[in-house]
Amino acid sequence: MQISSMHFKARATQKLADPDLREALNGLKQRFVPGRAAVIAELDNFEEIREAAAEIRRRTLEHLDFFLETFERKATERGAVVHWAQTWQEANDIVLKIARDNGVRKAVKSKSMVSEECALNDALEGAGIEVVETDLGEYILQLGREPPSHIIAPVIHKTRDQVSDLFAEKHATPRKTDIGELTREARERLRPHFLQADMGITGANFVVAETGSTLIVTNEGNGRMATTLPRVHVAITGIEKVVPTLEDLATLLRLLPRSATGQSISNYVSVTTGTRGDDEIDGPQAFHIILLDAGRSRILASEFRDILRCIRCGACMNHCPVYQSVGGHAYGWVYPGPMGSVLTPNYIGLENALDLPHAATLCNQCGVVCPVKIPLPELLRKLREKQYERGLRPKRERAALRCWSFLAAHPRLYGWVTGAAARVLSWMGGDRKRIASLPFGRGWTEGRDLPAPEGETFRALYARRGAR
Amino acid sequence: MTSARDRVLASVRTALGRSDPLSEAQTKIMRTYLAEHPVGPRPQLDWEPVARFSERARLLSSTVEEVAALEAVPAAVAAYLRAHALPLQAIVWPQFERLDWSHAGVSVAARKAQDQDMVGITGCFCAIAETGTLLTLSGADAPPSTSLLPETHIAIVPCARIVRSMEDAWALVRSERGALPRATNFISGPSRTADIEQTLVLGAHGPYRVHVVLVRS
Ligand code: SF4
Repeated sequence: MQISSMHFKARATQKLADPDLREALNGLKQRFVPGRAAVIAELDNFEEIREAAAEIRRRTLEHLDFFLETFERKATERGAVVHWAQTWQEANDIVLKIARDNGVRKAVKSKSMVSEECALNDALEGAGIEVVETDLGEYILQLGREPPSHIIAPVIHKTRDQVSDLFAEKHATPRKTDIGELTREARERLRPHFLQADMGITGANFVVAETGSTLIVTNEGNGRMATTLPRVHVAITGIEKVVPTLEDLATLLRLLPRSATGQSISNYVSVTTGTRGDDEIDGPQAFHIILLDAGRSRILASEFRDILRCIRCGACMNHCPVYQSVGGHAYGWVYPGPMGSVLTPNYIGLENALDLPHAATLCNQCGVVCPVKIPLPELLRKLREKQYERGLRPKRERAALRCWSFLAAHPRLYGWVTGAAARVLSWMGGDRKRIASLPFGRGWTEGRDLPAPEGETFRALYARRGAR
Repeated sequence: MTSARDRVLASVRTALGRSDPLSEAQTKIMRTYLAEHPVGPRPQLDWEPVARFSERARLLSSTVEEVAALEAVPAAVAAYLRAHALPLQAIVWPQFERLDWSHAGVSVAARKAQDQDMVGITGCFCAIAETGTLLTLSGADAPPSTSLLPETHIAIVPCARIVRSMEDAWALVRSERGALPRATNFISGPSRTADIEQTLVLGAHGPYRVHVVLVRS
């Protein structure tokens, strides 16, 4: 996927002015947020399970090489072929080679964010291989040639009307407005692709070291189709997705669908282990698994290791006031929301995503809902510090921060300056006691008035009251 | 030139502050963890499993009925198909081919599912009460496509095979099968999507209907 994370501010401004988007994003607050809360309440020991889940992910990451090698050995024993890729390019090359070796002309895909990272579809199409996205959301995006805007609900930015127009145009059928009928139309369009495809490409929500299995969680059944019908199955995933045991998986699966879509369990949890047995009548004959690094080992080495615990549930973006307002496209790459604001600068370079660490209010809603207890606000703050250290923030902002830090370290001066500022602001507020335009703060006062301070500063008040 | 595998593993090790694989002592601890595969914290599971399974399966938009014995399944299936104006024709898992389907007026074929097949009848390895989920393990007599391609999926579930949680299901797989088959499928109700405006629609790519026939003995 093309990277345009440099332009968050400009895109966010544009998105805020889009009434269709605002309507579409309502679904987050109306469905995802209460949906999650309701199914979390089913678990009397949610916090205990959450701590266990975080611990499973921590344990895995601390011994990642061991679990990867164990996984590779087990998967290979069962007839799968395990490939390793250090870069997106390498991963694409591996898929292309598998396709060539197997005479693949058509591939069906089940939603995979890792393949979005790699821009795998472009690579396949470039090599003359037809590739069809089969998740309803991803299919809509492929028709409209758009990137996803959410890791779980990729077309959350689109209204039903927009989908109606798109289907009528691309399918050349009478325009339908009923969501059930639209879904049926997509099903009927996609079924033949499943039956004809030579290759099924999926991601993996987890891979299990103990058994050498890969696993996908879906609701539509397209993931099952892609792993059952074509003669070759390729699963592509990040090296951090390994979990030790099937029991660990059970723990994580109590949290993933609940946090993601507000379901106690997703419709299909499909675990694939090796190739089909001699006596089986369906299932692919060849199974390839690609383990991708592409920046993950670098993150593992850094102070951002915690983000690798992420199980891609999307809860942090669903609950983020910034994401709720601007949607996913503003973030400019595969991963939006708080997790994306941590991942993107780490994957593509801090200098290429300057605004992202600031695309948060640090309200910690994300930290509260994250099922694997990733301290997202803390990681965002660390990124901001790094930006400052590396001189990646605007001169004026850095000068302001230096002034503030000087003041904060000199309490007397601080008291004097803030007292003076309060008086000036109060004078500026006039009778209305509001400031309509603030020098050095025009961006802030453009959309609202600043209430003028009245009376003393907190310090002065505290000094007086404290003395009593 | 080193392989991508070696390069990836080397950078993982460097990241973890080691130049070599895990120490022997650490390896032993992790091996033991894998061998013991401890069960994590579970929520309270103190309900009656069969009732809980039925309740949860219905919440997932499956329908559930109960029959006394396996011999009663064909008649129950026939009644269900008639009630829903569905064809009295189905593909079945080979293990159920020998039930007396013709007496009930249902014609069955034990073969791989095709696009036109309207009804698929399967069993299950076990079912999970906590979530109302079916677990199927692929094999010669349990092809996965039977529960996937047809619009209607009918599952035969012996009450005795209902376990409480996914952990219990794994324990059963370990004790009865040892290893996982190619496809281990947890199925929780008819396929669905909410991709357009977060509005739930049943019947995305898989079945529109899942009907569970519980068998008491
Ligand atoms: S950071 Fe946490 S909440 Fe966000 S997607 Fe990852 S696991 Fe879910």
